[in-house]
Amino acid sequence: MSMTATAGRAHADPHHIGLVIGHPGPAPKRIVTAYGFWVFLLSDIVMFSCFFAAYAVLADQTAGGPKGSEIFEQRNVAIETVCLLLSSFTCGMASIAADVRNRFWFYLGMAVTCLLGLIFLVIEFREFADLVARGYGPSRSAFLTSFFSLVGCHGLHVSAGILWLLTMMAQVFAKGFRADVLRRMMCFALFWHALDIVWVGVFSVVYLLGSGV
Amino acid sequence: MLGKLDWSAIPFDQPIPLIAGAVVLVGILAVLAWVVVKGHLPYLWHEWITSVDHKRIGVMYILLASVMLLRGGSDAIMMRIQQAVAYQSQGYLPPEHYNQIFSAHGTIMIFFVAMPFVIGLMNLIVPLQLGVRDVAFPTLNSVGFWLTATGALLVNLSLVIGEFARTGWLAFPPLSELSYSPGVGVDYYAWSLQISGIGTLVAGINLVTTVLKLRTKGMNYLRMPMFCWTTLASNLLIVAAFPILTATLAMLLLDRYLGFHFFTNEAGGNVMMFMNLIWAWGHPEVYILVLPAFGIFSEVVSTFSGKALFGYRSMVLATMAICVISFMVWLHHFFTMGAGPDVNAIFGIASMIIAIPTGVKIYNWLFTMYGGRIRFETPMLWSIGFMVTFIIGGLTGVLVAVPPADFILHNSMFLVAHFHNVIIGGVLFGAFAGFEYWFPKAFGFRLNDRWGKLAFWFTFLGFYVTFIPLYVAGMLGMTRRMQHYDVAAWRPWMLVAAVGMAVLTIGVICQIVQLVVSIRNREALRDRTGDPWDGRSLEWATSSPPPVFNFAFNPDVRGEDAYWDLKTHAKQQSLGHDAPEYHDIEMPRNSPTGFVCAFFATVMGFALIWHIWWMVILGGIGAFATFVVFAWRDHDEYVIPAEEVAAIDRVNLEERRSLVSMAGTV
Ligand code: HEM
Ligand SMILES: [Cu+2]
Repeated sequence: MSMTATAGRAHADPHHIGLVIGHPGPAPKRIVTAYGFWVFLLSDIVMFSCFFAAYAVLADQTAGGPKGSEIFEQRNVAIETVCLLLSSFTCGMASIAADVRNRFWFYLGMAVTCLLGLIFLVIEFREFADLVARGYGPSRSAFLTSFFSLVGCHGLHVSAGILWLLTMMAQVFAKGFRADVLRRMMCFALFWHALDIVWVGVFSVVYLLGSGV
Repeated sequence: MLGKLDWSAIPFDQPIPLIAGAVVLVGILAVLAWVVVKGHLPYLWHEWITSVDHKRIGVMYILLASVMLLRGGSDAIMMRIQQAVAYQSQGYLPPEHYNQIFSAHGTIMIFFVAMPFVIGLMNLIVPLQLGVRDVAFPTLNSVGFWLTATGALLVNLSLVIGEFARTGWLAFPPLSELSYSPGVGVDYYAWSLQISGIGTLVAGINLVTTVLKLRTKGMNYLRMPMFCWTTLASNLLIVAAFPILTATLAMLLLDRYLGFHFFTNEAGGNVMMFMNLIWAWGHPEVYILVLPAFGIFSEVVSTFSGKALFGYRSMVLATMAICVISFMVWLHHFFTMGAGPDVNAIFGIASMIIAIPTGVKIYNWLFTMYGGRIRFETPMLWSIGFMVTFIIGGLTGVLVAVPPADFILHNSMFLVAHFHNVIIGGVLFGAFAGFEYWFPKAFGFRLNDRWGKLAFWFTFLGFYVTFIPLYVAGMLGMTRRMQHYDVAAWRPWMLVAAVGMAVLTIGVICQIVQLVVSIRNREALRDRTGDPWDGRSLEWATSSPPPVFNFAFNPDVRGEDAYWDLKTHAKQQSLGHDAPEYHDIEMPRNSPTGFVCAFFATVMGFALIWHIWWMVILGGIGAFATFVVFAWRDHDEYVIPAEEVAAIDRVNLEERRSLVSMAGTV
């Protein structure tokens, strides 16, 4: 929707000449899209905050079950964190490659991002499966409920991100670096980086604080 | 195969919902048959269902809200009759049925009447007031609408298949947990709100972006019409608050479906956490609803007083202040739950502070009217009625915000009277004012004046006769949600309230008659100028109904009251004497994405409610496929050639010139 802002009918108003420079008119589509997506991300972060808050409230409600320090494995979490932070980097590389229209580096960047994301998910899944197998599933205690929900919610986002990532690769493959594809790519990158930020929160609040106790 | 669904889900033993459901079903089938036989289906599909035009979507939102108002209204009538007859007797409704009715009533009125009504008006008008062609994300806009419709559909399905929640409109645990509500009622509640909540969030993101990024040339923040400001504030609240609702409902659903322990009594769950979360959303929610109404009153009062809005800047400030403060007072909804006197005092004071910006607004409206040439058209009547009514509601609000007073009045009929006072007197009156005011813009003809005024007076009087008695009953100690009672002193008030309900109903009927009469006489009521009220903001600068592209040129704004300025200048300089040069316009293409999305959401929601897992998976795959197809779209715009734009715009210009020359002679 390109907007040609032509002053067709209005006439110069002598009282306003030289006064405040007016608003220039509707923003270009790229800005509008990015802006809208930012607003969405903020609201998504509000949703995460609720799960964080629930975790904070319920963290001590172990109902005779295990505490955080008894179930968290630092090594796994460290690998997960490294994977995710690295993937944010490779995702950034892919974005740059898209900006300079370099297909090879784009595919490579995206493929590595995907791989790192998958490793992250596998580790997380194994952690969950292991806990459930030991009888420490989410219905064991309110603490585990909030733990599984918070971490799982992030994991769900990562899974959705990977699906999105694959459609982005397919789109570039089929259509090349068109303006609309680049806009979608920009949103995807924002999304992926936001997941990283949320993970830093999860990592600190759940695993670091949790295992200290 | 069908999860929990079997024949026992159909309430064969309860004639009322079954008959009501059958009537509705026959009605829907009849309309559908009529549409198909008359060959209107292609028209509906191409012009409405797949439309991404913000004006059409706005109209569909309002239509949905109006239909649901009738449904929620019938629930209200049933409750008032029950309380009128249930003195020392069981009344005519079985208890569990009564509980479903009040839960459905509250849920429907907030989520499927008030919300779609204000979102519909914002959709319809805000891009026009901003002088732009569309909202920021037109296709998403349609997705948002159809998801809201899905929610409404699910709630209504519960009438004939299964049951609705018996927990009240906020489904407090532990009552809403599986152990106390093992049926599907709470699931109906939670999934329909979850789905329509996503729709609302989408609409919120869309409108925030629209207001912040798509204003026409020269439309500085401090030149935006008040309605755009309140839209901004309300939608900021949506994007900040609705995710809280989503998270809260998700937690409740996890408790119910997978045995989690967020809010259970066992294993360390915490019920108070639900209260905090739900009201952290719920209190902003009431301002999400009432802020747009404030915007509508601002527009209406200034137009019909023939004056610029008094204290525009203080109005903006008050709006944003309310937006912020409304997030800091949620705890006043559970003063009685043992937070302690200090916490209660702080939240009590914070709650009362909202009355200050609200008062500022009221004074500004009064001063706008003062010294103006007031025309008592129907929208103006609703506005004045609102001011009177809302003051009472605000005062009683401040009263219940005093913790010691709230200990007496909490959960009493007094509270019921308070929030109906603000929601009907504020939101609904606002919605009606906006409906009457902008109807000619949307459809090109005015509504019948006489029936409009009758509707106002009946509704206004009916409102007082219904709700003042509830204040009294509350003072006499009557608690809310009573299925039957034995206290003689309450009885007369319940009878009066029932009479009030009847008067209110007449008001609603008048409004329906008004619509029918007006459509019949639409030729006589036709508005060719596009500016039937002598309006001040840009929506009146284009024809009625506006062309798809709204404006042939995005207008250039030089001050507040953009169109008023344009008119005054035009009077001096004769409007548009230089033949403008037209350009091609690109507009977004229609898209079935929204409808298809909602279809899969309905399938999935229904399957989730009944635990039909294969169907859930099917719906999920469908939804994902829709996403991929949508993400794959190539050409989502089409071009309207300059000649066509010119042809359409010239007609409008002619009409407008004659309007201005007529205005010059006045
Ligand atoms: C001056 C401003 C207001 C104040 C100080 C205020 C105060 C309060 C308080 C303290 C309560 C809780 C009472 C209790 O649970 O015992 C309450 C309930 C309520 N208020 Fe207000 N209010 C104000 C304006 C509004 C507005 C503008 C709306 C709607 C548009 C509204 C809608 C409601 C609703 C729906 C409830 C009942 C919720 C429930 O428990 O079901 N209020 N109000
Ligand atoms: Cu409140």
